[in-house]
Amino acid sequence: MSSQTDFRDRQFLAVIGDEDSVTGLLLAGIGHVTAPPDNQKNFLVVDSKTDTSAIEAAFDRFTTERKDIGIVLINQHIADRIRHRIDTYTQAFPTVLEIPSKDHPYDPEKDSVLRRVRRLFGE
Amino acid sequence: MKAKLKGAETGHSLLKRKSEALTKRFREITRRIDEAKRKMGRVMQIASLSLAEVTYAVGGNIGYQIQESAKSARFRIRAKQENVSGVLLPAFESYLTEGNNDFAMTGLGKGGQQVQRCRETYARAVEALVELASLQTAFVILDEVIKVVNRRVNAIEHVIIPRTENTIKYINSELDEIDREEFYRLKKVANKKKLDNATAEADREHRTEENAAMGEENEAPAQEQAAGPADLLAAEEDEDVIF
Repeated sequence: MSSQTDFRDRQFLAVIGDEDSVTGLLLAGIGHVTAPPDNQKNFLVVDSKTDTSAIEAAFDRFTTERKDIGIVLINQHIADRIRHRIDTYTQAFPTVLEIPSKDHPYDPEKDSVLRRVRRLFGE
Repeated sequence: MKAKLKGAETGHSLLKRKSEALTKRFREITRRIDEAKRKMGRVMQIASLSLAEVTYAVGGNIGYQIQESAKSARFRIRAKQENVSGVLLPAFESYLTEGNNDFAMTGLGKGGQQVQRCRETYARAVEALVELASLQTAFVILDEVIKVVNRRVNAIEHVIIPRTENTIKYINSELDEIDREEFYRLKKVANKKKLDNATAEADREHRTEENAAMGEENEAPAQEQAAGPADLLAAEEDEDVIF
């Protein structure tokens, strides 16, 4: 388990979400922008006009490229748009967490981890 | 070889116990994930409600302003490890860094109190999320580890133990075979010895008999001598008589 060595310096959360979720989470203080040369934000605001490829790119950036992110929060309705990516993502770090959004109630049936839980319980 | 089998059996029982312990833990975690996910739904609902309150109080969307003013994370996470039967499970722990507040100006005009409350609500929500995330991480890692352990248990149970047993059986049968051969050989040798002894005995008896006969024959050597060495055997036997 090579992932166990590199999680020590993962200290940020990342968000991919609609405007309200991102605003709220930023208010909680999770927003972080890296030092000037590349100015990477750890959050992405997605609305109906955002391209799916842009979401995928952000997801990839948060999960594979950046080594300082420990948890990726993603709105469930956005996760649905890149569902195959999330279902095939099996690494332990960073953790991908689907969160409900204001306009879209939380549906446990869609969550990839919960589905695995249910499958394991044989339901 | 016997020691190897013993080792395999001990290892098997140990691994089995490990797998059971992990599975127990795993079930506990899945149950907690289930609960935490439901709780998260509620918490997020409350949080969005408070955000709506802020939007209302501030009178306009503050999202843009907040996104622009976010510079450095105040809310960070730290990973620590927990050891469950030799498996290191990471757990996230959230903490607030002191002294940087990106949103000092947010809500300065109006709705500052709501903003403050919203921040607290969201901070609580994020704490719940972090907890859930560590559960989920543990879930993923445990899942993997349990698979590996079960694979090992099965390998030992169905491959290594039968193979060792077969080897032992083969060695035993081979040893028995050698034993039987040895026994048969000994028997054969004994038989042969007995036979040899018997023949030797017979020979000796024969010889003494012959000698005895010879003695009788020697009583009348003169006639024999007269007859000349017609019988070569008899002629040779003649000299025997000297001692």
